[in-house]
Amino acid sequence: MKRLFPILAGLTAILLAYALYLALVVAPTDAQQGEVYRIIYYHVPSAWTAFLLFFINFIASIQYLVSRKSSTQSAAKWVVLAIGVVGVIACFLPQVQALLPAGMRPSAVATTVLLIPVFYFLIGWLFPGDRMDMLAVTTAEVGVVFCTIVLVTGPIWARPVWGIWWAPGDIRLTSTLVLWLIYVSYLVLRRFSSSAQTQMLAAALAVFGALDVPLVYFSIWFFRTQHPQPVIGGGGSMDPRMLHVLLISWMAFLLFAFLVCWSRFRLELLHREVEEAHAMESLAGDGVAAKTSLPLNRSPR
Amino acid sequence: MNAIKFLFAAYIATWVIHGLYLGSLVRRFSRLRRELKEVGRK
Repeated sequence: MKRLFPILAGLTAILLAYALYLALVVAPTDAQQGEVYRIIYYHVPSAWTAFLLFFINFIASIQYLVSRKSSTQSAAKWVVLAIGVVGVIACFLPQVQALLPAGMRPSAVATTVLLIPVFYFLIGWLFPGDRMDMLAVTTAEVGVVFCTIVLVTGPIWARPVWGIWWAPGDIRLTSTLVLWLIYVSYLVLRRFSSSAQTQMLAAALAVFGALDVPLVYFSIWFFRTQHPQPVIGGGGSMDPRMLHVLLISWMAFLLFAFLVCWSRFRLELLHREVEEAHAMESLAGDGVAAKTSLPLNRSPR
Repeated sequence: MNAIKFLFAAYIATWVIHGLYLGSLVRRFSRLRRELKEVGRK
């Protein structure tokens, strides 16, 4: 595992450099926006990566909450399976398809729904016990970093294209900011609360926070916003060469996010090791104190 | 030309944010390793 990290880091650096070359040199210039549109190759992959990390955080938080009781855990497994099966079938029913906004492909919705049970069982298998909570804090923190990039690059892109830095009241922009604030409060809670219930409270907050992700994603379909339509799975169209560069850029950012998550997870392991060492130290200290004070405290019979 | 400035600003901002975060990870790693050593010594 120790050898794999530098190999992956090297591969990621090469892929990021290649993606940068494609984004700045190979991708064609946009007819309407000119060169500035190239911000898309950092803005959109960062948003997709943040959503994916918040989704993993959501699944890990649910797993952590239900893991307290074995009956709840087995019930949750069946609920998740039912969501996957019913959700996929429903996406192909004409009545449900009629409810989908124009341009949204039922197959894309079905794939997204299918990811819920897939991720649920995969995460449960890969991160048993307390590691689930460690995965949750890892993905939340790295997700906030990527979400910050979305919130910084968005206004930089908006200024030359829309003429304004921020569109007040725009649902896509506001819901993204709210999402960022929810996850920042999640991290603040975990950092400064010393209660024994902190992990539980944080997991509950993360579940509610994750409900904002679909609102952010679907807001451009259901509401009139300044933000353009999505480039994939939506009504917007994109030059295949631009799409190719966008997907390569996302692959590079995904790999980078994976490595950052790996490092953050190792940091969390080390943090718990230090906490354990401190606990052992204070226990040993108490033991010495108890031994030395025992004869003095012993009450006469 | 002005638009190019915005493009580079966005790219630089992205890597500055990533750099700051990676820096914070390195700092936290070294602090925890030092702490673990100190606890071990005691």
